[in-house]
Amino acid sequence: MSSAELRELYQTTILDHNKRPRNYREPEQANRRAEGVNPLCGDEVTVYLEVVDDVVQDVAFQGTGCAISKSAASLMTESVKGRSVEETLGLFDRFTELVTSDPQSEPDVGEVGKLAVFAGVREFPVRVKCATLAWHTLRAAIEGRDEPVKTE
Amino acid sequence: MSVLPPLDVTRIRKDFPILERGMRGKRLAFLDSAASAQKPRPVIDTLSHVYSHEYANIHRGVYELSERATRRYEEAREKVAALLGAASPREIVFTRNATESINLVASSWGRQNVGEGDEILVTHMEHHANIVPWQLLCEERGAKLRVVPIDDDGALCMDELEKRIGPRTRLVSVVHVSNALGTINPVQDIVRIAHERGVPVLLDGAQSVPRMAVDVAALDCEFYVFSGHKLYGPSGIGVLYGKAELLEAMPPYQGGGEMIRTVSFEGSTWNDVPNKFEAGTPAIAEAIGLGAAVDYVRELGLERIARHEAELLDYGTERLLELPGLRLIGTAREKIGVLGFVVDGVHPHDLATILDQHGVAVRAGHHCAQPVMQRFGVPATTRASLGVYNDREDLDQLVEGVREAIEVFR
Repeated sequence: MSSAELRELYQTTILDHNKRPRNYREPEQANRRAEGVNPLCGDEVTVYLEVVDDVVQDVAFQGTGCAISKSAASLMTESVKGRSVEETLGLFDRFTELVTSDPQSEPDVGEVGKLAVFAGVREFPVRVKCATLAWHTLRAAIEGRDEPVKTE
Repeated sequence: MSVLPPLDVTRIRKDFPILERGMRGKRLAFLDSAASAQKPRPVIDTLSHVYSHEYANIHRGVYELSERATRRYEEAREKVAALLGAASPREIVFTRNATESINLVASSWGRQNVGEGDEILVTHMEHHANIVPWQLLCEERGAKLRVVPIDDDGALCMDELEKRIGPRTRLVSVVHVSNALGTINPVQDIVRIAHERGVPVLLDGAQSVPRMAVDVAALDCEFYVFSGHKLYGPSGIGVLYGKAELLEAMPPYQGGGEMIRTVSFEGSTWNDVPNKFEAGTPAIAEAIGLGAAVDYVRELGLERIARHEAELLDYGTERLLELPGLRLIGTAREKIGVLGFVVDGVHPHDLATILDQHGVAVRAGHHCAQPVMQRFGVPATTRASLGVYNDREDLDQLVEGVREAIEVFR
């Protein structure tokens, strides 16, 4: 790629999840769901959750969007599956902190595991909404909000 | 027929200071003029000159500065009238932008002339600015919005237009040139067909005025609107042209100072057109700046601008079609310099980010024309749009960027 920033943004993991998104389905056992849209670019995502005894037993998504939003949704499902609701909400905070932190600073990737690949988004402020759309939608599903989530 | 010399783009580029700066360390290829055009030195200097030497409120003060500002503001109105071929400057109302001009007509003329069961006719290729004001009016009045379809190339289905003008049609409101597709509509025919049935016509000229000679007298349309910022002028200033007799019969749009003749608590009387529609202190410097922009494009020559864009459009179309998996959205025969496209496996948003790294500024999204996106079954497109300062190098930079995006997402 022509620039270091682009290589940082479009890491192999992100390109892979864009091409082959994981947990792209509607689970039959889902007991919570929420929809999210980014009116600016038309991205849409639906997040499905199966929460049993405060644990995310299953999580999946469907929708259309750019590589950043699709891979963010895909990697999100892998990261929160099996976690407690509290841990999931904690990860939401860590992730949004990561992608909105100062690009000059060293990214804090201590607790986010493979989500660290999204640190490159910090260089592209207009793309932060792409990375966080699925996460905001996940939180809405957990909190049982009916209104579609908007990033605007 | 005399052959006009082509535009001297090298010289023109020197008129636009912003082109001297790069973007992300690259030469700036600004291909988003359909969203808003960059500003030439004469427009920038005019704004600075007005605020440094000629500024005061207009139409009020009896002192020299106010008289001077008023004269300059009214001169700008005369320049716009001449640009559009209006019969009189009285037919030119200054607004904030084309959107506000349409809202003015919907709110003032619409409330007076549209009732329950009536119909407003628009097309499938309208910008949201020529859809939503009519939806609001229709909702309020119990009227109906009807839509003329477009074909797979993005051209208007003229026979359908004819069929959809019925006894209840009160207005035909059509975009002159589509911002998302580039299609030039046969507005002369549209006006003729509508007038044969006694229906007035509004034309949205936001994309046409910067790109071709427009003559409202020859078109014979009732209303014509455009924005200053797309015509290389300041933002915050737009134009509504209306036939004098229609403007005179219309009630005010907003109330306040300037639009009144007398005010008392028992009732007020209205000023003459166009002041009746210009409540409050207007965008004074911006109007004068628009006058400078009008001078600038007229000096270049709108026929030459149109030919310059047509040549670049052909070149850009040819180059883009070299790329595998690229599909143009908007392939009408009559087209201005708008290149909308989608690329297999590459989302427009990702493409725009990669182009940005190449110094190329384009628009990615639905272009405020979601029905157009739905018609072509795409969530969004990438749009490169041309202006007087663009050259082949800009398009080469675009093609190189798209090529890299295809590589990245292969």
